[in-house]
Amino acid sequence: MNFSEVFKQTNQLCKVSPDGKYLATCVQYRLVVRDVSTLQILQLYTCLDQVSHMEWSSDSLFILCAMYNRGLVQVWSLEQPDWHCKIDEGSIGLVSSRWSPDGRHILNTTEFHLRVTVWSLCTKAVSYIKYPKACQKGVDFSRDGRYMALAERRDCKDYVCVFVCDDWHLLRHFETETQDLAGLEWSPNGCVLAVWDSCLEYKVLLYSLDGRLLSTYSAYEWSLGVKSVSWSPSSQFLAIGSYDEKVRILNHITWKKITQLEHPAVIDNTKATVYKEVEKRPGVGSDEMSLHSITMGTTLFNTQSKYEICPLPVQIPVVKPDPDRANPKIGISVLAFSSDSRYLATKNDNMATAVWVWDMQKMSLEAVLEQTSAVRCFQWDPQRPRLALCTGNTKLYLWSPGGCVSVQVPTEGGFQVQSLNWHCSGNSLILLGKDQLCLCYMDTDQEDK
Amino acid sequence: MGEWWTTETSMENYEISSISHGTMSPSRRNNLVSMFSFPLAKSSYSMISAFCTEDNIPQCVSYVNQELASLGLSSTCIEAIQPGGASLNTVPALNAMYELLQIHRRNMCNLEELEREQLRKSSTLEHVQMSNSRLKDQLELSIREKSGLHETERQLQLKIKTLQSCLKTEKDEVQKLQSVIASRASQYSHDAKRKEREAAKLKERLSQLLVDRKDKKLAIDVLNCLGRSDGKRRHWKTTKASSSHEGDMYKSLLSDYEASQRSLMLENAELKKVLQQMKKEMMHILSPRQPSARGATADDSQEQADLDGEEKAGDTSRESLDQYCEHAREQLTNSIRQQWRKLRNHVEKLDSQASQAQNQLESNKEVIPLEAHEDEMERMRCEVQQCKEFIHAQQQLLQQQLNTSFDDETAALLNDCYTLEEKERLKEEWRLFEEQKRNFERERKNFTEAAIRLGREKKAFEEDRASWLKNQFLNMTPFSHRRRCSSSDAQSALSIRSEPEIRMSSVKAQPAKSSAYTTFSTPKPSQSAAVPSTAELYRTLRLRPDSSSSRHSNRGRWQESSSIDDGETRLKSKHRLSIFSLGEDENSLT
Repeated sequence: MNFSEVFKQTNQLCKVSPDGKYLATCVQYRLVVRDVSTLQILQLYTCLDQVSHMEWSSDSLFILCAMYNRGLVQVWSLEQPDWHCKIDEGSIGLVSSRWSPDGRHILNTTEFHLRVTVWSLCTKAVSYIKYPKACQKGVDFSRDGRYMALAERRDCKDYVCVFVCDDWHLLRHFETETQDLAGLEWSPNGCVLAVWDSCLEYKVLLYSLDGRLLSTYSAYEWSLGVKSVSWSPSSQFLAIGSYDEKVRILNHITWKKITQLEHPAVIDNTKATVYKEVEKRPGVGSDEMSLHSITMGTTLFNTQSKYEICPLPVQIPVVKPDPDRANPKIGISVLAFSSDSRYLATKNDNMATAVWVWDMQKMSLEAVLEQTSAVRCFQWDPQRPRLALCTGNTKLYLWSPGGCVSVQVPTEGGFQVQSLNWHCSGNSLILLGKDQLCLCYMDTDQEDK
Repeated sequence: MGEWWTTETSMENYEISSISHGTMSPSRRNNLVSMFSFPLAKSSYSMISAFCTEDNIPQCVSYVNQELASLGLSSTCIEAIQPGGASLNTVPALNAMYELLQIHRRNMCNLEELEREQLRKSSTLEHVQMSNSRLKDQLELSIREKSGLHETERQLQLKIKTLQSCLKTEKDEVQKLQSVIASRASQYSHDAKRKEREAAKLKERLSQLLVDRKDKKLAIDVLNCLGRSDGKRRHWKTTKASSSHEGDMYKSLLSDYEASQRSLMLENAELKKVLQQMKKEMMHILSPRQPSARGATADDSQEQADLDGEEKAGDTSRESLDQYCEHAREQLTNSIRQQWRKLRNHVEKLDSQASQAQNQLESNKEVIPLEAHEDEMERMRCEVQQCKEFIHAQQQLLQQQLNTSFDDETAALLNDCYTLEEKERLKEEWRLFEEQKRNFERERKNFTEAAIRLGREKKAFEEDRASWLKNQFLNMTPFSHRRRCSSSDAQSALSIRSEPEIRMSSVKAQPAKSSAYTTFSTPKPSQSAAVPSTAELYRTLRLRPDSSSSRHSNRGRWQESSSIDDGETRLKSKHRLSIFSLGEDENSLT
């Protein structure tokens, strides 16, 4: 495993182009595009202000830089460096900006969710979509980029609009049976739309592309409900994480619950492996306290850690949430299927130090990674069943069915990994610190062996 | 007990003396009722003037005769040899006396019995009274308890009542709260809706305002327009376009459904294949067995028909995979179901057979044992013995080898080890031996003491006997004064003893007493009766409990009980021997 040198970045704005060739980073008001393989700077663009959002177009030709506090969006072309485009939303404000899947339209959401403005880069045409709903996930494009689903609120009722992204033709518009719609998500095959209600009510609705209600699922009443929803890449499962610390898996034929994955504080499932991160300070001999080691001070004071397999049963540290506070830190907030749909990784908010990995073939717990500090971010390798996670310290953690490793990021100045992103090839990993970034290259040859 | 026995003995003495009195002074008989106040009677004897004098013999005789007649002893009549003479006819007088004595003795017996009865009754009465009082106490206690329980019950009921009222109020509260919640919820939702409407209105207004203001800033500034990513030109929004979109949508939906159907079909086919295979295998398993398994002919034919049907069904179902017709599927499932049922029955039968077989096996096992068991045990014991010997031999060999092969030092060391061990064992044995010895010593001491005591007692007894014999002898002869004083001597000899001795002698007193009676009627040499039996000796010397207690303690101390027990029994027999010898010695000494 190799690491690149450290680069600067701001706002954790650092993205690899969808084709995997370029790496775009924002450093305050500058946008830097590098070649991923050589890390040489290919282009340097200067924006009008500090960039708050940056996004590659789907064809990897354009980069969108949004400056929300100025209500501005700038688009840069990789092929024509002197081409420029500036979209000004004016006094109405801007809270969100994104590409449409075709890479020729930009969707801007104005402040107060007054409307969604669709700008076309082809015709300079502008169109508005009114009444977008301000919610957890109000917009979703289907995987093939043909349809867009948008949550709408009109007359105190929830609606879903399905647009054809080609010409923004409104294909379907239907009311949903929700009290307060919180989010919607297309199935990866683009034929089923999952819609869920706000946490006050446990309700998941499944709509077909043509607006028919396929099924309704509700696990329980009264207490706080759905917290997160995720489709498996095969569209076969719908995983629903809720405030009762459980994940329920629905099947794609009858839309009934297959199983329910519990996150108990004491793990006594003998089939599961519990990896516990153990920290220890490296023993320093008196003769090693030389000038050399003092110059290496930053690494000297870093603790080393490794995973130990805990004998069952294992007690996972639990933080009891404050019942008087809204949005209690409890329940499954993150769900992620591996690229082959074989594994599901979950995180229970009141056990912030643990990541749970479930085997979807056996529908059982495969592994639990108990970290020394709270897990910040985890992501599956887009090619292999391999999970990378970080906890805001100087280490990178990897899990695969074969085992678990903890890798110290060998950089000076205490590079603390706040977030990470896989390269689409799965051969490298972008580690994001507070204002730095670093690439981590996997040993592909060894992996193949 | 002690007192009781003392009274017995005093009675005894009295009897003896009264008999002697009876011969001399018939007038004393009237005072027999006051026999417990014997010393008084004895003292008063001298003061009362004689009943019969030389002068009034005939009167006396007639009086006595009258008295005798009134007692129903009219057959014997005392008469003077010569009318008016001083001497009596001896035979009838003696007979009358004898009769009187008999009566007296019977009365005494009765009296004794009655007394005993009375004592028993009184003790029973006491007991009953005691139990009565106890029961009364109990009753009182239970009454008190009952009242206490009543009180607690009352309190509990009160509590229940308060709790019930509490519950009721709580329920009311809950209901109230629920209604409050409901009203609040409805109010909240209403307000939320109102707010939302307002917000929507505001948003509308805002956007309107923004549009009206013709926000100059709202603009796109593109250097040159881009071509579409797919290279096509932009379509006009027409109905055709929308219909084509619809078509696209349905196409994609359709393709999705087709894909899912295909996968389902595939799965179905797989499952069917599995089903077919299962069916085939089931048929294969079931068909050759059936003729042999089923005995009844009627069943057979039925079976055959079934089989035929199944065959057909199987064939058709094979075709049905291609045809996919409803009927065939039904047949297939039916046949599978039938087969399954059959298989299940078969398996159940097998199960029951197996369980039966097992039961039989178990029962057989239960029948077999004893001899086999014994044999087996014997064999195993032999084996164990052999193993032990083997181990021992090995040890020896090892030791030898060690002794020979190792250098002197180690050999010495090993030897030391062995000797040390040996020493330890010897020490242990020595300790045990010591303990045994101590026990023996104690035992011996006990015996000597007992023997001494026995000797003393025997001596006392001998003296007693001698005095008694003398007494009796004197009784025969009309020397009343001397005899009386000797009898009092005997009494003192008996009564001086300390309490435990009295208790011990109580056993002895019984035969002594009986001998006193028997000797009266049939005078015999009392030597044999006076010598106590062995068992009595044991009891008297308290050997048995002693020995048993010692054995108990021994068992606690020593683990190898069997050998010790043997030793114990041997010891006991030895004791017995020694007792006999001692007794003989004592006899020979006296």
